[in-house]
Amino acid sequence: MSIWTYANPVRFMAFTKPLVPVFGALSALCLAVGLIWGFFFTPDDYRMGATVKIFYIHVPSALVAINAWFVMLIASLIWVIRRHHVSALVARAAAPIGATMTVIALITGAVWGQPMWGTWWEWDPRLTSFLILFLFYIGYMALWEAIENPDSAADLTSILCLVGSVFAILSRYAVNFWNQGLHQGASMSLDAEENVSDVFWYPAVVTMAGFVLLFAALLLLRTRTEIRARRLNALLLRERMQDA
Amino acid sequence: MSVSVRDLVVGRGGVPVLAGLSFDVAPGHALILRGPNGAGKTTLLRTLAGLQPPMSGTVTPNPESIAYGAHRDGMKGQLTVEENLQFWAGLHGLGRGDAVSRAMDVFDLGRLADRLAQHLSAGQGRRLGLARLMLTGRPIWCLDEPTVSLDAENTGRFAGMVRDHLETGGIAIIATHIDLGLSGDVLDVTPHRARARELMAL
Amino acid sequence: MLAVRAGGGFGLGLAFFLIVVVLVPFGVGPETGRLALIAPGVLWIGALLACLLSLDRIFALDREDGALDLLVTAPLPLEALVLGKSLAHWLTTGLPLCLAAPALGILLNLGWPGHLWLFVSLLIGTPALSLIGAFGAALTVGLRRGGMLLSILVLPLYVPTLLFGAEIARRGTEGMAVGTVLALLGAVTLGCLAVLPFAAAAALRVNLR
Repeated sequence: MSIWTYANPVRFMAFTKPLVPVFGALSALCLAVGLIWGFFFTPDDYRMGATVKIFYIHVPSALVAINAWFVMLIASLIWVIRRHHVSALVARAAAPIGATMTVIALITGAVWGQPMWGTWWEWDPRLTSFLILFLFYIGYMALWEAIENPDSAADLTSILCLVGSVFAILSRYAVNFWNQGLHQGASMSLDAEENVSDVFWYPAVVTMAGFVLLFAALLLLRTRTEIRARRLNALLLRERMQDA
Repeated sequence: MSVSVRDLVVGRGGVPVLAGLSFDVAPGHALILRGPNGAGKTTLLRTLAGLQPPMSGTVTPNPESIAYGAHRDGMKGQLTVEENLQFWAGLHGLGRGDAVSRAMDVFDLGRLADRLAQHLSAGQGRRLGLARLMLTGRPIWCLDEPTVSLDAENTGRFAGMVRDHLETGGIAIIATHIDLGLSGDVLDVTPHRARARELMAL
Repeated sequence: MLAVRAGGGFGLGLAFFLIVVVLVPFGVGPETGRLALIAPGVLWIGALLACLLSLDRIFALDREDGALDLLVTAPLPLEALVLGKSLAHWLTTGLPLCLAAPALGILLNLGWPGHLWLFVSLLIGTPALSLIGAFGAALTVGLRRGGMLLSILVLPLYVPTLLFGAEIARRGTEGMAVGTVLALLGAVTLGCLAVLPFAAAAALRVNLR
């Protein structure tokens, strides 16, 4: 049995039905544990004070914001190559979640930046890239909304997603040229020596797992809704054709 | 070269409109499509012309040998009649020689050659659009209601043009409600309208 | 190909560009020092917006009068059609903007080497704007509210070109080296040239069915 079995909407629906509550519950558990641990049972950072705790929301949301776009990219590729409807709907479902996560990352970043850098907003490469990513999400969602025929919409948004990904990466490098930033380097890479200390690291991993599970649960939920909406349309159409 | 269509299903917006179409048209023959408004004649012609993919089934030959004539003529108002025809002739590789003037003669467009296309009446514009067919150099014509806004005299000219085309071994597939006096079959698409069962299950 | 475009709104984009550039000093104040500082960016953004204005005409007019259907069935690859359309758009919009920009730079008190680098950066960058625009126009050709959507789709794609282009003009004005950025801008344009005609042709095929 290959993974493509689940490209069949009926099988997809049957398979994912129990997964939504499981992912949802696990996500809630991880988030509760991680956030409580992070907020109340870790020491304040010697430089940043208590503000460092925003980190437990900021970093995971940024992580999901970027990876949601990768999910869209892969789902779009699958649609273009193999034309599985579920895949197109997954891409469509991922966009608003990714956009929301981008906004969360931007807002928590601003709240954190205010005490640390003395400003809510700085045209730093990372912040700017996230803002641009948000613009890409908006364009992508607007295109989905504007096209009535679902297959055409899936085709056109896939093309936009593929081209947009290239331009998003280009923009990321272009802004580096344009401004060197304030933003601290990645503080969580697995190999770096001067990573944040373990006290901060463990709860952060738990919250990240929580955000990823939350993303998975929302993605499945939204995809299932899209599939139901599609079925409803098909039923209405069938009824109309029988009347005709 | 003859046209052969097998088990064709055509649709608009992912919804099947006509299903189970199979027919052949031999060289020198015409096929007249009939059916009420909205039956799917335009969708069928657009599919034959390669503007949209068939939902299933096959069409031979491929669209490279088919010229499509739509409701709208695709003529640029800012160009004169002759410039318009010259453009399309050039695009189809017939820009040199007297192809353009012969095409204008068929519909008596010579007097209008220097008129801007935006100043033409509806009927004159239609004549210009139909004259373009002569400049495609393609053996198979797919025409969608070609006689709309033509007067009796020009309808006659058009029928003559199609007859000449058929005599040279061409093929014409025309959606029309007018009897053009052409040799060929009539296909009523009404029995082929898609039923609910052709809807793909999701 | 160019015949298809004949009679398009030619001078309008240029007039729009002029008006934007004239309005900026009213917005930020007349101090020449400050104007000179922001001139490269303002001129680039003005050019970009002027370019955006005429994008929706690239395919929409042909779609309305049915010519697009006929062009698609003509013996001409759709990719070539997109390239021709982009070229026509660039010749009627991008090129005049390149030529006018150094002159308008005087209005904003742009320093001397800046004129040259502004011209060069626009010359290299505006073809990418036309290509990206043709891609956006192909995506939105059949849609109601297409014009608004077109801007939302196209503007984020303009980011790399704008960043590199304005950077060249800025560094040039300050007498810094521009070689690397110039190469990057050229790479963006060439990349657009290589990829976008195919993407736009695919989008057109989808929109026509």
